Amino acid sequence: MKKPYEKPVITKVETGLMNKFGNAPYYARKVRTAIDGVSIDALVQQFGSPLFVLSERQLRENYRKLHRAFASRYPNVQFGWSYKTNYLQAVCAVLHQEGAFAEVVSSMEYEKARRLGIPGEKIIFNGPYKPVAILEQAAAEGALINIDHFDEIADLEAVAKKLGKQIRVGIRVNMDTGIYPQWSRFGFNLETGQVMDAVKRIQAGGHLVLTGLHCHIGTFIMEPDAYAQETAKLVQLKYSIEEHFGYQIEFLDIGGGLPSRNRLKGTYLPPEILLPSVEEYAEKITQALYDHLKPGDFPTLILENGRAIVDEAGYLITTVVASKRLPDGRKAYIADAGVNLLFTAFWYKFTIEMDRDLPGVNESCVIYGPLCMNIDVLDEGTSLPPLERGTRLIFSPVGAYNQTQWMQFIEYRPNVVMVMEDGMVEVIREQEDLSDIERRERLPEKLQLNSIAAE
Amino acid sequence: MDSLRQLAINEEGFVFNPATGESWTVNSTGLYILKLLKEGKDEDAIARQVATEFDVDLETAQRDVVDFIEKLRSYRLL
Repeated sequence: MKKPYEKPVITKVETGLMNKFGNAPYYARKVRTAIDGVSIDALVQQFGSPLFVLSERQLRENYRKLHRAFASRYPNVQFGWSYKTNYLQAVCAVLHQEGAFAEVVSSMEYEKARRLGIPGEKIIFNGPYKPVAILEQAAAEGALINIDHFDEIADLEAVAKKLGKQIRVGIRVNMDTGIYPQWSRFGFNLETGQVMDAVKRIQAGGHLVLTGLHCHIGTFIMEPDAYAQETAKLVQLKYSIEEHFGYQIEFLDIGGGLPSRNRLKGTYLPPEILLPSVEEYAEKITQALYDHLKPGDFPTLILENGRAIVDEAGYLITTVVASKRLPDGRKAYIADAGVNLLFTAFWYKFTIEMDRDLPGVNESCVIYGPLCMNIDVLDEGTSLPPLERGTRLIFSPVGAYNQTQWMQFIEYRPNVVMVMEDGMVEVIREQEDLSDIERRERLPEKLQLNSIAAE
Repeated sequence: MDSLRQLAINEEGFVFNPATGESWTVNSTGLYILKLLKEGKDEDAIARQVATEFDVDLETAQRDVVDFIEKLRSYRLL
């Protein structure tokens, strides 16, 4: 009888060196054979590889958990689903079913929300560039428009005149909340008095009615106190505006930016240790409201979270198509998905799970994507046992920003499926073929190669 | 091959180079290949012997032997 086989591995014994990352021991290996009860094998057999898989169950759970954290502490909470995080129709539909408004930042996103059946009054319209045509539509349909700059005030006043009605608006505010970098490019600055100048300008125009304040302090904010400061400053600003200008500020929109349970590159600790819980954020924010709001005053608290809701609901199944040995001795694997699909690989170090338990000790390795580009690296340095060709690696969490920031570049984009709560698997975006890539192209008659050949 | 010949290898897979003081650990398959290399066998012969001794097909054995040798080169053992 033959001996069981394990791929040959030799590892140098290093002694006397500090290693704060640990040495990726055997027990740290992660194996995943199924997503929500559907086997990885069955998913790939039916829908191919690479394959994005979204979990309806996880998506709803994350939404409910976050919403409950706020709604159980404050009586008037509204979530806006950040379309740019993931605007696949199925994802948006699930979150709208859960009660989220649409938070959009462009004509395209506004049109997507409307096509999905979301009425204007349930759309929050942010973003630094809102063309006049879409502003006009949004204003006519009663969308909640948050103004970013003085030129937009003028644009909206022109729209109001044309429509013959006053338009209810919010303004975007940026401020110091004690974190670095301070996001100052959106809206009007608080500390310099620019916000009050904007309110003056709005009142002087007479065509717009200020009803709300919006602020987005940044992204992947790991400090709940920053939100507490933001909230306190917004409440103070609300009362200052109400007192000096007579407007009634009905909503405070504190933006998004809550982190997902993902791991930023360069952080030593895993997210479950490093990141505060959603309850901590909710506690700080609602406490700041109660500390500063007048008794009986409960303006609508709007939150526009994206990644904190969808990131962990997404997986990418890839297949190891080749391996090679790098000159420095590290093992390199080529997967069939790269940064064309996983844009967030530029800043996250994902969890990588194998679809099978493989024998052998862990080795340092690099995981490359399929692109003929040096930048196509999914993980610059991880530790895995020797992988067989055909092994599937499951990357997560990848539900946020990848299906919006992915690139049609070199490769076709694959199927995206959603594992539904009832265990059925639905294709929510079909894989591309050449017709998708070339549909908008026009080849001038004189450049037709068959006509050149005929000459 | 010189550095390979002077390696001290024990049966548990501990490898020591008395000339440099470096040491390595090697798994059972790696140990098997290392011994055959010390005996002066070539890649093809080693792969065939691995496929006979272990539960693996010849093609995989050939690929893995080549890969293992490349790893030894990176450690300057070959």
